[in-house]
Amino acid sequence: MSADAGKHEFAVIGQPLPKIDAWAKVVGETKYADDLFLPRMAYGRLLRSPHGHARITRVDTARARALPGVYAVISGADLPRVRFGILPVSQDEEALCTEKVRMVGDAVAAVAAVDEETAEHACRLIDVDYEPLRALMSIEESLAHPEVRIHEYGDGPNVHKNVSLQFGDVEAAFARSDLVREDVFFFEGNTHLPMEQHAAVAAAGPDGKLTLWSSTQTPHYVHRLLAKILDMPAAHIRVVATPVGGGFGGKLDAFAHEIAACRLSQLTGRPVKIACSREEVFYIHRGRHPVLMWIKTGFTRSGEITGCHLRTWLDGGAYGSYGVASTFYTGVINPVTYRMPVYKFEGARVFTNKPPCGPKRGHGTPQPRFALECQIDKAAEQLGLDPAEMRKRILAEPFTKTANHLTVTTIGLGECIDRVVEASGWRTKWRGFFSEEATSRARPGGATAPSEKKRRGMGIACSAYLTGAGTAVYWNHMPHSGVILRADRSGSVAVLCGATDIGQGSDSILAYLPAEILGIDPKDVHVHPADTSLTPVDLGSYSSRVTLMCGMAAIQASQRLREVIAQAVARKLAVEPGALAFRDRKVGVAADWERAVDFPQAVELAEAMHGVLAFAGSYAPPRRAGKYKGGGVGPSPCYSYSACVVELTVDEETGEIELHDVWIGHDIGRALNPLLAEGQVEGSVYMGIGEALMEGQVFRKGVHKNPSLLEYKSPTTLETPEIHTFLVETNDPEGPFGAKEAGQGPLLPVIPAIANAVYHAVGVRCDEVPITPEMILKGLELRRRGKPARVGPERIPLFTFKAPVVVESAFGQPADAIAVRPFQ
Amino acid sequence: MLRLPPFTYLAPRTVDDAAKALASHGGAAMLVAGGTDLYPNMKRRQFEPSVLVGLLAIRELRGVRGGAREGVTLGSCTTLSAVAVHPEIAAHYPALATAAGLVSSPQLRNMGTIGGNVCVDTRCNYYNQSYEWRKAVGFCMKRDGAICLVAPRSPRCWAVSSSDTAPVLWSLGARVRLRSAAGERTIPVETLFRDDGIEYLAKRPDEILTDILLPPADGWRSAYLKLRRRGSFDFPVLGVAVAVQMEGDVVRDARIVVGAVASQPRPAPAAAAALVGGRLTSELIARVAELAAGPAKPLDNTDFTHPYRKKMTRVFVARALASLAGLAPAGEPAAEVA
Repeated sequence: MSADAGKHEFAVIGQPLPKIDAWAKVVGETKYADDLFLPRMAYGRLLRSPHGHARITRVDTARARALPGVYAVISGADLPRVRFGILPVSQDEEALCTEKVRMVGDAVAAVAAVDEETAEHACRLIDVDYEPLRALMSIEESLAHPEVRIHEYGDGPNVHKNVSLQFGDVEAAFARSDLVREDVFFFEGNTHLPMEQHAAVAAAGPDGKLTLWSSTQTPHYVHRLLAKILDMPAAHIRVVATPVGGGFGGKLDAFAHEIAACRLSQLTGRPVKIACSREEVFYIHRGRHPVLMWIKTGFTRSGEITGCHLRTWLDGGAYGSYGVASTFYTGVINPVTYRMPVYKFEGARVFTNKPPCGPKRGHGTPQPRFALECQIDKAAEQLGLDPAEMRKRILAEPFTKTANHLTVTTIGLGECIDRVVEASGWRTKWRGFFSEEATSRARPGGATAPSEKKRRGMGIACSAYLTGAGTAVYWNHMPHSGVILRADRSGSVAVLCGATDIGQGSDSILAYLPAEILGIDPKDVHVHPADTSLTPVDLGSYSSRVTLMCGMAAIQASQRLREVIAQAVARKLAVEPGALAFRDRKVGVAADWERAVDFPQAVELAEAMHGVLAFAGSYAPPRRAGKYKGGGVGPSPCYSYSACVVELTVDEETGEIELHDVWIGHDIGRALNPLLAEGQVEGSVYMGIGEALMEGQVFRKGVHKNPSLLEYKSPTTLETPEIHTFLVETNDPEGPFGAKEAGQGPLLPVIPAIANAVYHAVGVRCDEVPITPEMILKGLELRRRGKPARVGPERIPLFTFKAPVVVESAFGQPADAIAVRPFQ
Repeated sequence: MLRLPPFTYLAPRTVDDAAKALASHGGAAMLVAGGTDLYPNMKRRQFEPSVLVGLLAIRELRGVRGGAREGVTLGSCTTLSAVAVHPEIAAHYPALATAAGLVSSPQLRNMGTIGGNVCVDTRCNYYNQSYEWRKAVGFCMKRDGAICLVAPRSPRCWAVSSSDTAPVLWSLGARVRLRSAAGERTIPVETLFRDDGIEYLAKRPDEILTDILLPPADGWRSAYLKLRRRGSFDFPVLGVAVAVQMEGDVVRDARIVVGAVASQPRPAPAAAAALVGGRLTSELIARVAELAAGPAKPLDNTDFTHPYRKKMTRVFVARALASLAGLAPAGEPAAEVA
């Protein structure tokens, strides 16, 4: 922790406080969506498709409706004929499919009944006739069968999106290079695995209004979509996000269970709850895209990158979801980390008959990060450079633009590298890249190695991530986040904000910031989040935007409240408002603190002077989108940076990998609550470990191979190593009190750091994740036979990318104006 | 969420009452102890018994009696947690304590019983799935269907014996007592199992496994190693149980039994025989490990690839024997047991 308590004048900021909802969580009092029980409530269930791809020829609900205890049965015919999707460019979903199913798990019908058992029984009595079509289960298969169309729209048969952007002349850059590498990588898809399964309760009132309580990260987007899907005025719909037991990007769309609950409630006049099973959550998905990548990068002798050309192929699954954004994200963030003067990116997202992929933590960026960081490791070996030193030498410049026109502000990555290199003992433990000779000596920490068949290794990688997307999913000029603050005569302050706490702690941040500014205790602040009828819009808990955006809105509202309180207290004390300090629940002049006014009294004075004390704050990010098509994806107020060192052991007989320590340095701008920030970093590391070593959303015979918590392997605490977190504070001018994000970025470097450490340990290059024991043994066998010990994809698809949008590289230009806020 | 099908739960107080209840309901009834495997399976509709005869209220089925000198008897409803930490078992039948302590997670070991683990249903990743999933992929012969999805041309089911304790008990020469309304019998544990994924137990449906009888320890040393993806939760996808009886530094007798690579535990008699009369040197261990891998016939229906599980059989047998020889520490930490 670099936050030096002495250098701050803050009372709340920087303190390791418990989250405001910590007690409710640990004693089990938090009411999640599935904990809601309303009078007369019915229980719903969805009937899902057993076919990967089929035409629906008949849906007959008569037998189900006749079952005692069944209140209503609906199919797609009972909903307005509307196609929807989270992005305006991908309106390709139906809540209940009417013509076609595109994956095993597509919803076709829904039942509301007296209990779940009856609803489940009724689902089995719904007769659906299908005419099976060929299911396309991989990128190659979808491209090879243009005669089978999963959707009719897109950039070609089964191609959802085809993009190509070029910033400068990469071929010329390669010609200038001392070393040019081409590598192919594959990143398997995986899912979010939130502890809480999706659930929703809908209640249609006799007045024709509708309320939906749902475990969602985006109540605002769900609100907008429901109005469209149900064809009713948005003004008559209220969406409340219940506490979310883990989101990670899996609760960012409007889903069939939410829509069906609404319609069933309208038809029955009863509240209807639909709680999804774990298996259904695997079908809802919207998780990490499987991505195949080809990356070509030029380097100078000293390790400088001359230019980079990246191609990505995304296996999108059956629907668009956020996929267009995901496609861009596989390309646009890589240039933010290192000096990369020339850049070309080509990406394609392909439809397949699998659950749709979407924005899992890191949204599209962990895959190319894995490719780039492993390739840098290989280049460092060829150039004879220490990979930690090489990275430090080529860092991007703060307050400049990247080749692809992104403005970067503060960069604490150099310090992050220093911290993890220092703490891990990198300089003594990392002794050159793998060689047979090096392994015959004792490896790092070799004194404690239990057997000669187990080899230790260390690897390093870095990354960058955005702190909030610079644009909303629908084009508008309104705030991205809003806060209303109301001061009460009791001395408490109510915060109303549309933000959704998905465990990241946004409710706590919304208490800390007003408490800091008003000099009260966070416990005096009551946070009322995520209710579309009460709270100003916050776009949602995604893209690491909430602390920054709702934080800035909360600061603005708090300052407005503080100003009027200061005026009232200043009049009472006959001093200048500017002379007043707010601390310890008092307002007064520091030099004359005995006369300071208690905060509740200060509120009363202010209310007497101004009337009801309610103030709004608004925030929208700076408008810095690049002036080219596609320039809207990638801009962010500021970027976080992470550096990670991993130490592990590889068992050469079993191929098993044991992680010992992860050192991670994270440039967070400022840690508003270091305890919470460290939790976010540790959670990211843990999730990264799972993606690196075991998690895979894989399919066999057209179905998900292991849709259960037992068989979808995700690490346990026993697989989680010691995690050493170092928070680096750069006090970014764009963030609230200088803060940047912490919830996603720290996942990114973990995966390539593990791959690089595996190479350091046993000399096997794993250009594919998850890295399984079988892959290690295969690599060792190749080495034994004198072949290159590389395990990974062997070829790339035959595919024609679009002609690129050619734009001048903006590399090295000074940053666009900083801290310009539209609603100041 | 997934819901249990409706059923009647009976809680007899004695084995006799349980046996009578079982006999009177015929095929409609099933036995349940901790329920850690049966209830999830019922939720997925692998079983839909109309009656469950619960064994947890029967006091005579709980507890560990006897000692290493005369042999130990374990009541079948002794929890896996209790078996794992029992001092007499940990000292004299260490492989059993290890195996019991490696089953699933601490919470499930607190509910799950040794008898339940010995009789645990065979597993297959085409079978341990919800009704809707199995319908989507096409039902298999173990439940609702006619073919085996792992080996479609095979007339039999290849679901995998997934007990940690069964191969250990076999390697220790244990016997089991079965009681029914008609009487009781005690049989060697190896005759309890059948090499069939569906009819994997030779126990009659009306019989209750009441006791597990371990022979006197008599100089036997034992070890158990388990392959799985994670350090907790997971069923074995390979379990290696080795037991050797030493006379000085010479092996007088030996048993090697491999679990989770077939529909029942697989003994490796040729490998065991190769140990007898020899010293536990690295060379002998390597040769024996090679022989022991022979009977392992894993198929592609669990976690990990089946060639990998086959390959690991050799490594795990070698490591288990090396740990008994004091050549290397056992691979799996027993620390999780605490």
